[in-house]
Order: sequence, then C-alpha cells, then structure tokens
Amino acid sequence: MIRVIAARELRGLFLSPLAWTLLGVSQALLAWIFIILVNDFQNVQGRLAGLEHAPGVTDLVVAPLFRVAAWALLLLTPLLTMRLFSEERRTGTLDLLLSAPVSASQIVLGKYLGVLTFLLSMVALTALMPLALLAGATLDVGKLLAGLLGLSLLAASFAAAGLYLSSLTSQPLAAATATLGLLLAFWIVDAAGAGQGAASPVFAYLSLPRHNDALLLGLVRSEDVAYYLLFSAAFLGLTIRRLDNLRLRG
Amino acid sequence: MTSETLVAVERLSRRHGQTQAVDAVSFTLERGQVLGFLGLNGAGKSTTMRMLAGVLAPDVGRIVINGADLLDQPRQAKQAIGYLPEQPPLYRELTVDEQLCYSARLHGLDRAASLQAMARVKERCGLTDVGQRLTGNLSKGYRQRVGIAQALLHDPPVLILDEPTVGLDPVQTGEIRTLIRELGQERGVILSTHLLPEVQATCTHVQIMRAGRLVFVGALAELPQRQQSTCLRVGLNAPSPVAELARLPGVARVEELGEGQFRLHHAAGAAPNSALLEQARAGGWDLWELTPEQMSLEQIFIELTLERETAE
Repeated sequence: MIRVIAARELRGLFLSPLAWTLLGVSQALLAWIFIILVNDFQNVQGRLAGLEHAPGVTDLVVAPLFRVAAWALLLLTPLLTMRLFSEERRTGTLDLLLSAPVSASQIVLGKYLGVLTFLLSMVALTALMPLALLAGATLDVGKLLAGLLGLSLLAASFAAAGLYLSSLTSQPLAAATATLGLLLAFWIVDAAGAGQGAASPVFAYLSLPRHNDALLLGLVRSEDVAYYLLFSAAFLGLTIRRLDNLRLRG
Repeated sequence: MTSETLVAVERLSRRHGQTQAVDAVSFTLERGQVLGFLGLNGAGKSTTMRMLAGVLAPDVGRIVINGADLLDQPRQAKQAIGYLPEQPPLYRELTVDEQLCYSARLHGLDRAASLQAMARVKERCGLTDVGQRLTGNLSKGYRQRVGIAQALLHDPPVLILDEPTVGLDPVQTGEIRTLIRELGQERGVILSTHLLPEVQATCTHVQIMRAGRLVFVGALAELPQRQQSTCLRVGLNAPSPVAELARLPGVARVEELGEGQFRLHHAAGAAPNSALLEQARAGGWDLWELTPEQMSLEQIFIELTLERETAE
C-alpha cells in the first residue's frame, strides 16, 4: 500500500514541470560550480605535488561540490515538498486517501518515500559529475561514498521536515516558506556564540550541517547518521499525528 | 430480500467551533435501501457523510459499517464504503485510467483485479471513451462520473454519495439516477441532496436534517402522511362569505385568494365537502370550483425545515 502511494507521488512529481525545472536548474548550477572547482584544482595541482599529505582531488573538488549540493537541496526541497499535503487538502483529494482502507502512517510513509526517491535521484545525478573524474584521476571512493551518504541523509531530513510543514497548511507557498525558514534555522543554529569558540554543545548538536562535516571528510560516525535518522523520524511521527488530528479537527 | 443492516449510526455529534454541526443523529441503513439525505445548505448533511466515510472523526457517537466499528476496525469498515465527496477527489495530472487504477490499488485490489474492476465501472458509468483523457481537462459532468466510478471500484456494499448529480446536464442526471437506483437494489446507498425531485426519483427512504438534527426519518411514501392539514380550493360567484365558510365543520382557517377564490384549511381526512355543497346550494353561492389541494413534497419539506424553527 505504501508502494502504491509512493508510486503515485513520484508519478505526480515527474508529470509536473516543477520537478523537471528543479532538476534542470540544480544540475546546471552544480555543473557550473563543478567546472570552476576542477579548474581551480588544476591551477594549484603543481604546488600541491611538493606537499606532504596534500589534499587530493576528492577533498578539493568533491567535498566542496557536495557542500554546495547540500545548499541546493536546502533551497529546493521546500519547493518539492510544499504540495505534498497542502495541495491534496486544497483540491480535496486527501479525502480519497482518508476514506480508503489505509492508515495514517501508510499515507505519510508513502508520500515520504515518493518524494525521497525523487530527491535521491537528484543526489545520484550530482554524483555522476565527480564520477566522471574517474576517467582521468584517482578518487577516494570511500570519501565519495561517505559524502553521498551525507547528502542522502540531508535530503531525507529536509523531506521529512517539508512533509510535516506541508500538512499544517492548505497553502503550498506558506508551507514552502515555513520549511525554508525551519531548515535555515537548523542550519545556522550552531552560529550562536561560535565566534568565541564556545558554542553551546546543544546548539552544535542540533545543527544540520555539522553532522555532515565529518561525512565529507570520509568519517562515517553512527552519531551523525543517528542524528539524521532521528531528525527524519521525529518529523514523520509529527506528520502522522497531524494527519490523525486533521480527522478530529476537520 | 432479507433485511441486513449495513450502516448503524448511534447518537452522532460533531461541533465546528461554536456551532453544533451534527447533533445526536441516529439512523440505520439496510441493504436494498436508497436513503436520501435532505436539508438546506449547512444543515449538516456533508459533515454527517464525511464522518460516515471516516474522513472526519465524530466528537461523540458510534458508526458501525457492515458489522465493523469505524473507530475500532477502520480498515474493515472503510473497505466496505465507496465514498464520493462533494468535490470528486481526482488528481488533475492523471488520466482517467491512471486515476481509477490508483484508487483500485489503494483499496487493496491487485493489478489484475484492478483492470477488471476498471473495465466494469467504466462500462457502467459511461467512461469507456475517456480513459486516456486527463481528469483535469474533463467537464464537470465527467469528473462527477469518474468520482462515482471510483467509489464503485472495490464493489463496496455501502455507497456514500455527497450530491452526486450536481453539475450534470439533465440527460446525465437521468442516467446517474437510474444507475443509483440499480446500485441500490443490491447495496445500501446514502445520497445527500437539496433537490426534492432527486429524492422522489431515486430514493426509497428519506431523512431530513435541519440545523444538525434529524427532523424526519422514514420511507418516502410516509412523508405525505406527515402533513398536519390539507386544503380545499373553492371558487364562488358570491360576495365573500368568509364568515360562513369559517363556520363550516372541520374548517380551521379560511384564506381569501381574490376573484371569488378561497382556500379552506382543514384537518387531514375531514374535508367539509358535503357541508360546503349544502351551504353553497342554500346560500346560492354559485360554486364553480372545488379542488382538493395536496401538499407537495416541496411544501412538506419547507414546513419541516423552516416552520419548526419558529416553534422552538
């Protein structure tokens, strides 16, 4: 049942010009940045050769590219998730789901997996660019995979937050704005007091990009993975509760 | 046909903010009944139907559908319902076939069963030619038909149709009414409407709601018996004998309609016909019209939905 709902969601995304536009725009921008990064790397390559423990192409091209890709996801995910529930509430199609013999968690997970599949295809397309370097350079595949895991976990977290905020309103744009605001807040939350080097560990822990830093260095820590999974699960749980509440509040 | 209770509703209540949208409504639906939910706009028809379909949770009350409690066993109960909301729930970007297939799969049909069910309901609702069209581009009438087809896919014993013929042209309306009558023979159907002819044309039972309460429940044939009084229309060529007419046995009230016409209100079953004829002959009133006036269903409806408001 979850698969049926996810398949329809994905289909709906690919049938709308919005999803294609987002894919196109993000790929174009990332490709531009990728070229700049590769160019920069070629310029400094000669000087790096003399250094001991010099950073390789994975550190100087792939990691920065993934950092920008994370920003792109942050900005674009709200536009993808804004319609998940709000559009269905506005057009009345939510009644079809609510009156069908499926549970609230099946509806939420179905929609989540649908939009997540789309986001992961976006991540996969991004991964193709550094993979193209394999033709003429050696990549640290471990670091690359860790970076991809980080991007995927970020996408999963963004999608869960977007899904929840979309269930709160029947106006897609309001949902998008709120999602962007929430994600940005989680993005910069560790900036509080960071200047003095004394950021509260709570704020540092809450910060979305901090947990990605280690992954970009090729360090897969269960602590970071758990953070993203908890983040996603929390918002999915809230969405399921919200859907049950919709039945009560009307 | 043996009677089998498909829907049992007990003391259903639901508030919307300050207003009591549905107030302690109880009724049952048997197999083979087409129950018309009648009421003015905002009487609580849609709210009741949304609760029956499981889209809205009731504040108080119990709904049992085909033996399964809607709150305790929602999946079983919902499997037994086909629901058409006020707005047919269609995804604009899907074709009719895709929409129907999705809905069938959502109700637990596998791929092969879905295809069979789709062919069956498309035939029944006259959709065979529009399978490849986007639902967003269909006319209101076709959208409504896709909505009905969607409700029929999993062959549910209970159909809940919220204003099924809104927006249809007269020919389509006739077709859909025939379809509903057919469906009602083997299932239980609840439909809401504010159109009286629709109730007369399709329903076996009728239920009238006003301000969240049920003010009448019963078979369609019982409704005219509810009327408190009937009228007699009388035409006379005589100077207004209002006083004499009022004195006739059984006459409650005399209404002067002008041009020698009067309307005599009298208790049901006690028409003062012979006394009137006697008087007319004796008084030389030159009687030229004597017509019993039956209250139409419309008048009964208005009486039930409006006049009680003043009584309360």
